[in-house]
Amino acid sequence: MAAHQITFTINGGQETALVTSHTTLLSLIREQLGLTGTKNGCATGECGACTVLLNGEPVNACMVLAVEVDGAEIVTVEGLAQDGQLDVLQQMFVEHTGTQCGFCTPGVLIMARALLDRNPNPSDDEIKDALRGNLCRCTGYVRIIEAVKAAAKAGG
Amino acid sequence: MSTPPTSQQAPSPIGENVRRVDALEKTTGEALFADDLQFGPNLLYGRIVRCPHPHARILNVDASRALALPGVKAVVTGQDTPGTIGLYLQDRHIFCRDRARYVGDPVAGVIATSEAIAEQACRLVEVEYEVLDPVLDPLQGAQPDAPLLHPDLEDYEVANFIFPKPGTNISNHFRVRKGDVEAAWAQCDAVVEREFRVPHVQHVPIEPHIAIAQADRHGQITLWTSSQSPFAQRSLIADALGISQSSIRVISPYVGGGFGSKAGVSMEALAVIMAQKVPGHPVKLRLTREEEFFTTFVRQGLIAKTRIGATKDGKLQAMKTEYYWDAGAYTEYGVNVTRATGYSSTGPYEIPHVHADSYCVYTNHPVGGPMRGFGMPEIHWGIEQIMDLLAEELGMDKVEFRLKNCVRGGSIIVTGSEMHPVGLPECIQKAADAVNWGTDEPASAPHKRRGKGLAIMWKAPAMPPNAGSSASVRFNEDATVTVSVGGQEIGQGAFTVAAQMAAAALGVPVDWVRVHGPLDTRYSPYEWQTVASRLTWSMGNAVVAAANNARRQILELAAEHWDEAIENLDIQDGMVISYKSEQSLPLQNMVVYGLPKPDDQGWRGGPVIGHGSFMPTYVTGLDPETGQGPRSVVHYTTGCQAVDLEVDTLTGQITILRVAAAYDVGKAINPDQVRAQIEGGVVQGASTAFFEGLAFKDGVPQNTSFVDYRIATSVDIPYEIISIIVEVPQDDGPWGARGVGEHSMVPTAPAIANAVAAAVGVRILDMPITAEKVYLALEEGE
Ligand code: FES
Ligand code: FES
Repeated sequence: MAAHQITFTINGGQETALVTSHTTLLSLIREQLGLTGTKNGCATGECGACTVLLNGEPVNACMVLAVEVDGAEIVTVEGLAQDGQLDVLQQMFVEHTGTQCGFCTPGVLIMARALLDRNPNPSDDEIKDALRGNLCRCTGYVRIIEAVKAAAKAGG
Repeated sequence: MSTPPTSQQAPSPIGENVRRVDALEKTTGEALFADDLQFGPNLLYGRIVRCPHPHARILNVDASRALALPGVKAVVTGQDTPGTIGLYLQDRHIFCRDRARYVGDPVAGVIATSEAIAEQACRLVEVEYEVLDPVLDPLQGAQPDAPLLHPDLEDYEVANFIFPKPGTNISNHFRVRKGDVEAAWAQCDAVVEREFRVPHVQHVPIEPHIAIAQADRHGQITLWTSSQSPFAQRSLIADALGISQSSIRVISPYVGGGFGSKAGVSMEALAVIMAQKVPGHPVKLRLTREEEFFTTFVRQGLIAKTRIGATKDGKLQAMKTEYYWDAGAYTEYGVNVTRATGYSSTGPYEIPHVHADSYCVYTNHPVGGPMRGFGMPEIHWGIEQIMDLLAEELGMDKVEFRLKNCVRGGSIIVTGSEMHPVGLPECIQKAADAVNWGTDEPASAPHKRRGKGLAIMWKAPAMPPNAGSSASVRFNEDATVTVSVGGQEIGQGAFTVAAQMAAAALGVPVDWVRVHGPLDTRYSPYEWQTVASRLTWSMGNAVVAAANNARRQILELAAEHWDEAIENLDIQDGMVISYKSEQSLPLQNMVVYGLPKPDDQGWRGGPVIGHGSFMPTYVTGLDPETGQGPRSVVHYTTGCQAVDLEVDTLTGQITILRVAAAYDVGKAINPDQVRAQIEGGVVQGASTAFFEGLAFKDGVPQNTSFVDYRIATSVDIPYEIISIIVEVPQDDGPWGARGVGEHSMVPTAPAIANAVAAAVGVRILDMPITAEKVYLALEEGE
C-alpha cells in the first residue's frame, strides 16, 4: 500500500503523518494522532459525530481522505479551548445542559462554532438548519439550541 | 421515606439544578468512550460473518481460505461456544451452532491485524446453509403448525416467573384473569374493539456498540465495553462459559447513548469468544452503523387486540387484551417485556374485570430486547387510543373520562395489588391546562386543521424482584469525597444525582463530591443494571445508605473526641458541629488521619469509608394462572402528555405546535435534569410516532442506514415542550424520588395519534403516523 507523507496544521500545531490512499481524515485524527474527541458514529457521512473544521469549514471527517488535507488547517473539539480558556460554546453547553451522553457533543460544538463564525447572530431556524446533520438521540435538541443561542448572545 | 437527617440551616443540593458533573469533560472532548481507549500495537480486530437468511440450518463452515489470508490470526465458529446465554431465558448460542434464526445471526468471527483484513476474510469464510421456512409474523408464529424455531425450548434454563410453551414458538405467556370479563360486557353501555400494530424500531444510540476483549493465558478475561450492565454482562458471560464471575472483569467508560440497547449482553460475548482464541491480544469488535440497526437489540414489534367497555356514566368495566409480541429470534430478555406488559396491560386505569394474554412469539426477525419504556410505549399506543375512542362513544370529554378512571392511591390495579399514592390526576389536569384543553384555537392557514390530544401512562421498573444496588463513600484528606457506584452514566445524569444525594446525606457542599467512571467490576460496587429508570431510586438509596454510614463514623469519632452524645452532633457544610457545646471541627484531615487523644495518648478514628446497599424485599410473585398478587412491582411512575398540533389537509403533514408533559417523579432531585429527560423522551417518542420502523422484505431488513431509517433531527422540532413536575413522594425513594428516564417517551405517540384524530378525524392504528397515511385516509374520507 502506497504511503503518502502529508503535512498539516491541527489545533494550531504542525504535524506530519504517513497515510495510505484510503485513510480517512477521521482515522488519521482518531487512530494515528490519538485525538479521540472527534467521534465515529457511522463512518458514512450521515451522523455528524465526526465533524471537524477543515480550513474553517465544517466537514464530516469520515468522508474526507487524509491525503486531501495536505497543507490544510484542521480544528477538532480539542482545539476549541484557547490558552486554557473554554470556548464560549463549551461554557454554554455546560451551563445549559447541552450534553447528555456526550457522544454527539464534539461534532455539534464544531458545527455550532462554524455557524457562529459565519453568522454571529443566528435565528432559531438558522441554528436548527445548521445542526440538521448532527444527530442527537438524547437531548431532543432543545438544550443544544438554547446553548448555541446563549453562546451567540454572549458574543459568540 | 428514607430522608436522612440533613441539617435545617445548610443549603441542601436536593431539588437544586446542580450542573452535570460530567458536562465539562464531555464538552472538551476529554470524556472517554470505549473506542477511545488505547491498546497499543498488540491490538487485533474482529469482524463477524453473518447469516444472510432469516432461517437456515448451518451444514458446514469452511474457514480455510479465510485463514490463508495474510494478517488473519484465527476464526471462531459455534463449535467454540458450547454454552447458552440469556438474561431470563437461556436461548442463545454466542455464535450459531447448528441453526441461524435471523438475517445477521453471527455464524463465525474472524480475527485479524486490521478491520479491513478481517472484513475481507469474512467474505472468504464459506458457509453451507439449508434454508428453512421462516416465521415473519407473530400471529403466524403463534399457530400450532408454524415452523418451530427453538425445538429445544423445554431444555432451556429459565427464570421462575417466565412460562415458555415447549413445542410452540411461544417463549412466554403471561395471563391476567381478574373478575369476570364475559359477564361484564352485558353491563357495558359502550364497547369498543380495535387492533393496533407497532413495528420494530431501533434504539439508535449515536455511539455504535463496541467491545474489546482480552484473555490471558490462565483464563482471566477482561472486557471493555460500552455497557449499561457491566455486572450483568460479567455474570451472563461467566455462566455461558462455565467460569467464575471473578474470572471476568468488565470495564465500561462513558456510554454514548443506550436506551436499553446496551443492557444485558448482545454482541459483547462475541468479542470474548474471539479473544479466547488469541490469548494475550486485545480484540476489538465494533459494529458498523448498518450492523447496529439489526444485529444488537431492536424494540419488539407488537400486534395488540383490545376490547373495552364502560357504563354510560363513563366508568370502565371490562378490558380484554391479546398481545402478540414479534419478539425475534431470541427472547432471552424480551420474555420479560411480555410479562411487564401483561401485568401493566390496563394502562393506568382501574378496571374491575380484566382478561389479558401476552404472548412472546419467536420470529425470524432481529432479536427483540429492552428499549426505553420496556414495552410501555408499544402497549400505550393502543390503550390510549382505545380510551379516546370509548370516550367518544360515550360522548364524554377525554380529560374527564381519564380523571374518572385513572389510578389513584389505594386503587386496586390489574394485578389485584393496591396502588401507592400517586399524582396522576394532577398530571392530567396540569398537562391539559398547559395546552388550553377545551378551547378551540385557530389553525395557521385555511387548509390546516388544529387538534389537541392527550395520553396518560404508567410504568414500573421491570426487573427481578431482588435487583440490588450498592455504593461506597470515601473521603480524601481535604474532605473531598469519592463516591463509587456500579450504576452507569448513560447521559441520564446518574452521576450528578449520586453526587447531590451523597452531599446532602453527608452534609458537605456538592462540589466536594466526585463521582467518576469508568465502571469496573473489579473495583466498583455491585449494581444489577442501569435500566428500568431505577438508578435514582435504587442506586440513590444505596448512595444515601453509604453516606449515612460514613457520616455515622465521623459523628462517633467527634462524639468520643468531645465526650458528647452523638445525638447533639451534626455535619453541616463540611464541618462537624455540636448543637450543645457549640464546638465545631472541620472534616479536613480528620476523615483520613483521625483525631488525637488528649495528652498525646495516641489517636482514634482513621480513614472513613462508608458502604451501603439497597434491594427491594417486598415484591411478591404473581399467580401464573391469574396474574394476581399482593405486590407486583416496586412502584409505578405515572404521567400525562398533551399535544397541540395541526394537520395540513393538502399533504397530510403534521406539525406539532406544543407538547405539555407532566410526570409525578416523587421528588425531583435535579429538576433541570428531569426536564432534560422529558424533552429527550418527547422528541424520541415523536420520532417513533412520525418516522421510525424497520422495514423487512422476506425477513431481510431494508432500511439499515440513517438515510433510509430516519430519526428526528434538529429541524423536526418546531415545537415548544412544556415540562411539568409533580411530586407525590415515593415511600421508599431517596427524598421520595422515583425514576422518569423512560417514561417521557411512553405517551407521546398515542397523544399525537389522538390529536390527529381530533384535528381531521383520521385514526391511525398502525405506527408510524406518516403524512402519507394521513393524506390517503383524508382522500378516502372525501
Ligand atoms: S461518523 Fe462521520 S458522519 Fe457519522
Ligand atoms: S447527547 Fe447523546 S447523542 Fe447527543
